[in-house]
Amino acid sequence: MSERVVFEQARLVDPLAGVDEVRDVAVADGVLAAEAPADAERIDARGLILAPGLVDLHTHLREPGEEHKETVATGTRAAAAGGYTAVAAMANTDPVADNAAIVQAVRDLAAAAGSCDVFPVGAITRGLDGEALAEMGEMVEAGVRVFSDDGRSVPTARLLRNALTYAKAFPVEVVLAEHAEDASLIEGGQIHEGARSASLGLAGRPAEAEEVIVARDIAIARACGGRLHLCHLSSARAVDVVRRAKAEGVRVTAEVTPHHLVGTDDDLVTYDTNKKMNPPLRTAEDRDALRAALADGTIDAIATDHAPHAVEEKDLEFDLAPPGTIGLETALAVVLTHLVEPGVLTLLRAIETLASAPAQILGAADHGGPLEPGRPANLVVFDPGAEWTVEAPFASKARNSAFMGERLRGSVRYTMLRGAFTVADGKPTR
Amino acid sequence: MTATVMTADDIRRALTRIAHEVLERDKGADDVVLVGIADRGDDLARRLAAEVSRIEGAEVPVGVLDITFYRDDIGLRAEAPEVHETRIRFDVSGKVVVLVDDVLYTGRTIRSAMDALMDLGRPRKIQLAVLVDRGHRELPIRADFVGKNVPTGRDDDVRVQVKELDGADAVTVRRSDEGEGSA
Amino acid sequence: MNEHLLSMHDLTAGDVTRILDTAGSFREVGSRVIKKVPALRGRTVVNLFLENSTRTRISFELAAKRLSADVINFSAGGSSVAKGESLKDTALTLQAMGADAIVVRHSSSGSPLQLTRWVDAHVLNAGDGTHEHPTQALLDLYTMREKHGRLDGLRVAIVGDVLHSRVARSLSIGLVTVGAEVTLVGPPTLIPPEAPTWDVQVSYDLDGVIPKLDVCYMLRVQRERQRLEFFPSVREYARLFGLTSDRAAMLPETALIMHPGPMNRGVEIDSDVADQPSSVIEEQVTNGIAIRMALLYLLLGSTGAGETT
Repeated sequence: MSERVVFEQARLVDPLAGVDEVRDVAVADGVLAAEAPADAERIDARGLILAPGLVDLHTHLREPGEEHKETVATGTRAAAAGGYTAVAAMANTDPVADNAAIVQAVRDLAAAAGSCDVFPVGAITRGLDGEALAEMGEMVEAGVRVFSDDGRSVPTARLLRNALTYAKAFPVEVVLAEHAEDASLIEGGQIHEGARSASLGLAGRPAEAEEVIVARDIAIARACGGRLHLCHLSSARAVDVVRRAKAEGVRVTAEVTPHHLVGTDDDLVTYDTNKKMNPPLRTAEDRDALRAALADGTIDAIATDHAPHAVEEKDLEFDLAPPGTIGLETALAVVLTHLVEPGVLTLLRAIETLASAPAQILGAADHGGPLEPGRPANLVVFDPGAEWTVEAPFASKARNSAFMGERLRGSVRYTMLRGAFTVADGKPTR
Repeated sequence: MTATVMTADDIRRALTRIAHEVLERDKGADDVVLVGIADRGDDLARRLAAEVSRIEGAEVPVGVLDITFYRDDIGLRAEAPEVHETRIRFDVSGKVVVLVDDVLYTGRTIRSAMDALMDLGRPRKIQLAVLVDRGHRELPIRADFVGKNVPTGRDDDVRVQVKELDGADAVTVRRSDEGEGSA
Repeated sequence: MNEHLLSMHDLTAGDVTRILDTAGSFREVGSRVIKKVPALRGRTVVNLFLENSTRTRISFELAAKRLSADVINFSAGGSSVAKGESLKDTALTLQAMGADAIVVRHSSSGSPLQLTRWVDAHVLNAGDGTHEHPTQALLDLYTMREKHGRLDGLRVAIVGDVLHSRVARSLSIGLVTVGAEVTLVGPPTLIPPEAPTWDVQVSYDLDGVIPKLDVCYMLRVQRERQRLEFFPSVREYARLFGLTSDRAAMLPETALIMHPGPMNRGVEIDSDVADQPSSVIEEQVTNGIAIRMALLYLLLGSTGAGETT
């Protein structure tokens, strides 16, 4: 149900409108209103920041097939709790989202839950087998704009070239999102290959595995002219390749996760399975290069790679535990605490990477701002200074957070999806 | 406040007397072996053996026994008790074993020593020679040969120093400050 | 070192000396007719061997029994997933049984550390994945000290598949701790590039290293398929990095030849080299029991987690 609300004296931070100032922001009938209606609920937003609802380019909702980890309902609830109004749901479900029926089913589940808009991502290959192209055309007709075999790289250059070339036929532009890790170099690997993996006795996943695929994919994208997006970049070398490619005008975009912007492989000395992810946390030099790339625009967006797993799946021997961390509920606070507060990113740039840029890459026109009268009221209101501890239970079904136990600053007070509260007074409404 | 209760000369005379007592009790040195309880019992046992040999003109076998693994307080302290060496190059079965230790106090060390000895063989007899008996027995153990009886309080500290380990021979008692008990 | 022994990083040089000295006393116990002392009478030691190893398990079993402890042997052929019970649930069961110490061997690196989060018992790492094998390193240090009379300044080469060897890791750390000089030798594909951060030298030329050694420590070369991607053939490996009779002849007279076992005769070490007097491979086994007794004694003989005074 749509609300009639005015947020009084909020600090409006809207990258696409170029705005960062304190004002009253009114919402009515699902859109932003030029003036507050007389019967609008007045919410004191002094000291709070109001921004476009966050948009996540990379989430795993696990439904259909792995509902013990997460469902569309619980995942989108977690997204709303984290200030997100739109998420792109990756295709590695069971069955794989490689056809219009699954795509539609996921969208229907999201609509029924009503916490967050879901943009299902279609698989590039059928069943994610890496061999035959999935029916991308049918999925495009069903509204898909992003395709990815995330979980692993497209195995051959030829297959990637075919996918990018084939996609040119569609009436709308689509993006191919790549998980960049060369399979032959990462076989059996558990963490970043380096001094840490050598002394911890864990097989490594070298940074060159990412660089190799990034370079390969950019060369192919340059040659056949498609749109390429690079998921969860993790290494300085890959960043260098992307920077050079952008300078040459290649149409490539890139994302980075909050955990790669904060953690390093030193964090693995306790064999904490919550810090095991693909690609792995790398060195401090890599982390610093990622931060610099985010600041200078080489990396366009922050995406969570929210990867829920059941408790008993992570409570195993390190090499048996599946990789991944949840992230929807902590992304904003992590960025505020570790990047904005120390001055690595300006607040405006942070919101741009969390909301506006991902909305543009996704083609989600209703999200990411600008928050101007008449536009859909997809927004988040948060308290930048409110401190909290990352601990279970979460809105997500899962508890595998790489930030477990940490003190963070930045707490979502309200999230609105098309003018209806999905989070009010800090609590999910659905 | 530390007092010397035995000087180097006192110790020497006591050992000579004990050597005579052993030979008298056991009617000579046949089948007698001396086993010092590590650490300090080791040096005393060797000196005692030398005395016995000098008096009787016969070599008496000497060994040292570490009783750490037989203690009754393993697992009760912050650190596991420090181990020493056991060197007994003869069979104890059928022998008269004279255990030699520096101070007899609660008797627990001797209980451990007897258990350890029993695992090494079946002595014909076990006798006990100590340089100092300070009282406060917690087990029914008594010494056969005593250098000196020194009444002490529970909190007093009795130290036996031997030349080989400490550079000089002496027995000292440091009385505790709070209230002196007397044996 | 009073609570657990998970890694050689847990030990200072002083700790190592204490362990080796204590092992000496236990070696003497092993030479008696009655090889048993009551030191850990009534304590419960669990051998949790989730990776097959008869020799090491028997060594620990004997060690615990000679200390008069009760021993439970808990083994599983495959991974915890394969047998249907998680490591965590197994640990909680052992905790409920009142285990005072858990000796764990597992194919997953880091599992002993994970175990300490779930149990109060003392945890002793008997080998975890490719991470560490501290009791092996300690018995090797004991053997070296006994033969050479010292550890400080010893020149030791560790030869072979260092990348996949938990023994190599533990031994390198231990030798550096006590002041020895370590050189890792093997094909470049089997030595981690970051190895110099362990304070060791690296060489790919065994012939150049051999004439200046006090100890030549040969590692087992795994013949499994994935290892063969790291070097072309067993034949070439033996030719370039095996301890052949010719190479053994180039060792200084006082040098020791060591191997953690089991040996691939003819691959990393020639048969007659393994059997010559300067090879102390059999003594390593004897010393193993004494070292393990010393470790159990030092861990359980002190008030650690779960103990009451």
